[in-house]
Amino acid sequence: MTVSAELDRRFRDAAAEEGLLDVAYEQHDTPVGRLFVAVTDRGVCEIHYDADPDTEAERLARLFGSRVLRSPRPTDEARRQLDEYFAGTRRDFELEVDLRPAREFGRAVLDQLARVPYGEVTTYGALAAKAGRPRAARAVGTVMNRNPVPIVLPCHRVVGSTGSLVGYAGGLDRKRLLLELEGAINPSLK
Amino acid sequence: MMEVVTVPPFERFYEEQQGPVLAQLRGMLGRDGADDAFQETFLRALRAYPTLKHGRHLRAWTLQIAHNVAIDALRRRRVTSAEIPDLESVDEPLPYEELRRLTAELPQKERAAVFLRYGYDLSYEEIGSALGSSSEAARQAASSGVRRLRRKESP
Repeated sequence: MTVSAELDRRFRDAAAEEGLLDVAYEQHDTPVGRLFVAVTDRGVCEIHYDADPDTEAERLARLFGSRVLRSPRPTDEARRQLDEYFAGTRRDFELEVDLRPAREFGRAVLDQLARVPYGEVTTYGALAAKAGRPRAARAVGTVMNRNPVPIVLPCHRVVGSTGSLVGYAGGLDRKRLLLELEGAINPSLK
Repeated sequence: MMEVVTVPPFERFYEEQQGPVLAQLRGMLGRDGADDAFQETFLRALRAYPTLKHGRHLRAWTLQIAHNVAIDALRRRRVTSAEIPDLESVDEPLPYEELRRLTAELPQKERAAVFLRYGYDLSYEEIGSALGSSSEAARQAASSGVRRLRRKESP
């Protein structure tokens, strides 16, 4: 028997409203493709490119608890700010992030990453130094690759020491697009 | 050795159980009452979800919650309304509608066992898990329910 869209929406809203969810998520279309956006009661815990929702729900259940549900409302604020960012009307995100699963060094690096300003780039080595381990550029690369909340934590602003874009979990095209959006690189330079 | 079945993310559980739950609730409450009971059923399931130790027998567990929610709703109706609930307003005839009528007067445990066994074709192991008893106790409850029904039918 098919559940009506209205009945389904009411339950998903009520579940969030009663504070019964470990994680609420929704998919969101943006100029860089569809994003999987997930939040806990502490903040944004995951943004994922090209996600398979079932796989992500499994992963989030292991990390935060089994009560993972697609429930748009708790993600509204994050999705609104993402829209503003892509429209060019927002430079800084005013969102809490939930980095509980990150290990110590990872968290130190992500904390430093959060301070890299809009429209600027830094290098893996510089970020490693700021996180207190100047020789750990490669490890910083790994942390960037596993950044749970790309865009909000701007790993796209981290490039190689020669200025090459190096890599991006969402693909280099997206990294280039985000940096162009921010005016950090000139679209004519590839 | 029993295979370990982990509890799925609630999203998957909800997607898998929503159809059968709505069918059961419509059978017991009619279309209008079923919508409120649907939400209440899954909110109760969500509250209890962290206490699940494994992902076995989730269908039976959920249908038992739905059953309890519907019983509560029917009790409230009896209090607030002198009329018999309009159970015929379901627009598609449900296979267990007949069963529901037949079993209406059985003791609750027997009724639940008969309902889950013959209406939902669940195994006794699943029914036992739903009712918080052994599979043997579930089998006994179902068979004594059936005996009671036979006695009632034969004059």
